[in-house]
Amino acid sequence: MKKIAAPLLTGLLALFATCAAPLARADVSLLNVSYDVARDVYKDYNPMFQKYWKAKTGENLELKQSHGGSSKQVRAVADGLEADVVTMNSATDVDFLADKGMVAKDYARKFPNNASPYTSTMVLIVRKGNPQGIKDWSDLARPGVQVILPHPKNTGNGRYSYLAAWGYALKQPGGNDRSAQEFVGRILKNAPLFAAGGRDATTTFMQRKIGDALATFESEAELIAKEFGRGEFEVVYPTLSIQTEFPVAVVEPVTAKKGTARQAQAYLDYLWSKEGQENAAQNYLRPRDTEILKKYAQFFPPIKTFTVDEVHGGWSKAFATHFKDGGTFDQIYQIK
Amino acid sequence: MAKAANQRVLPGFGLSLGYTLVYLSILILLPLGGMVLKTSSLGLGQIIDIATGDRALAAFRVTFGASAIAALINAVFGLIVAWILVRYSFPGKRLIDALVDLPFALPTAVAGITLATLYAGNGWVGRWLEPFGIKVAYTPWGIVVALTFIGLPFVVRTLQPVIEDIEPEVEEAAASLGASRWQTFSRVIFPAIGPALLTGATLAFSRAVGEYGSVIFIAGNMPLISEITPLLIISKLEQYDVLGATALAVVMLAISFVLLLAINALQWWAANRHRGEIQELPRP
Repeated sequence: MKKIAAPLLTGLLALFATCAAPLARADVSLLNVSYDVARDVYKDYNPMFQKYWKAKTGENLELKQSHGGSSKQVRAVADGLEADVVTMNSATDVDFLADKGMVAKDYARKFPNNASPYTSTMVLIVRKGNPQGIKDWSDLARPGVQVILPHPKNTGNGRYSYLAAWGYALKQPGGNDRSAQEFVGRILKNAPLFAAGGRDATTTFMQRKIGDALATFESEAELIAKEFGRGEFEVVYPTLSIQTEFPVAVVEPVTAKKGTARQAQAYLDYLWSKEGQENAAQNYLRPRDTEILKKYAQFFPPIKTFTVDEVHGGWSKAFATHFKDGGTFDQIYQIK
Repeated sequence: MAKAANQRVLPGFGLSLGYTLVYLSILILLPLGGMVLKTSSLGLGQIIDIATGDRALAAFRVTFGASAIAALINAVFGLIVAWILVRYSFPGKRLIDALVDLPFALPTAVAGITLATLYAGNGWVGRWLEPFGIKVAYTPWGIVVALTFIGLPFVVRTLQPVIEDIEPEVEEAAASLGASRWQTFSRVIFPAIGPALLTGATLAFSRAVGEYGSVIFIAGNMPLISEITPLLIISKLEQYDVLGATALAVVMLAISFVLLLAINALQWWAANRHRGEIQELPRP
């Protein structure tokens, strides 16, 4: 044993010597842990808030951003990534943090509008001239139409599309859970593939020219126009769609430890200011502020929407019913 | 034993063994042990349930099947590439030699997206295949393509030094002793490179089994058809079902371990098959 202990110890020491790295520290800094495509929103928002906070308190604030797949991000926060605030794209992710005691249980009531400073909705992108005549979710269920969407079970974008189509079917005359499942099943049968994520779905549809329709966020549609030009596609607003919310929350254990509660609260509050709302609108996210919404009305045609709470009884219930193993999605793909 | 160790030219056995043990423990045993420990809070029955669902079984089939096909393809073509690179000199040889390593260096997501673009119906390669009704991207064949891509360097790089060791004189000797070309290959060359070929193909196979980044963009990810096991693991993590994810991972690890063990046994058998027949020359 002794023979082994000595080399073990020297090896350990040698390893630590090579691994030890200087750790950097900043004074007052906030870390905003966010979802993937929010990069543009907060890239513009952070300097605005820094200026505002400096003018108000004289304090220089350092703002750091972390972006990634939303559920990976919140898992990192639960595992100890010291986020002061989280800005996410679906309530399931913030609910997870609430379960872990990282954010308040009633985080949705800590800020106005269900703690979601802006919203979006699911729309359909079709080829120029709309050769298949796609007008609504029901057209996606027609035989022979190909639909591109990200994996409904594994991506936030795909889940919203799934819930949008489900809610649409429920609201049709005589609609019930059974008819909705059958309807969504028909749409999924029209999917030649499930993309790995929202952007991958866009590339598959726009660049590889696969499919007749792409279901995605309204905010993505404008980005597609920037990337691929307006001549390539049309945006179709279905008669009814889902309102997608982007909940934000203060990570209380972290701000308490770092003494940044005040700054974190102000950082999120400012999202509802005129400037914050305008920034959201400029990134094609529907602002909550009705004046700003009117100002940018050309980006946001009126559309009838429902929320996950209204139709699916909240995210945790919707998730359990549809996307957990054995849920409605899995049932559609069962071997008969 | 102790005497032998003391007779080494270079000192430092103790330090390097210690380093090895600590390094391997921290790097490999710790995470794997944690994984197994985590699953142990599930009953064996639950693990079996998770691993034998329709989706899970289909995913295992796709993952191990595509990996095996990819490893076989690499074994054949990797051998040719390695042979060419060692035995012949031609303009641009160094460039091709460097190209072989690219799949190692390229981020796998980039590889996946590039391959999907190439093999999609309107891609450079896909448009030539489509008229024949061959679809590669977004089918299980797309998975094979991605796995073949990432596995190639393993076979080539394992074979190269071994082929270098076989001197061309050996072939000449075989020929002058009356061996046909096929006999020279099958009875002289192949036995010498066989074990390395098996090692290379095994490495490519194991790498392929765990691959996620590149496959996900070309697979199409349809349940029961083109879902790989790593995707199901991610899917479980999306549900915050860490236990279920680890259970799948442990089962996958167990299958891989058994397969690798079997291949190692095969290799050992192949290496020792002729031992009885060959007599060592007496030392002068």
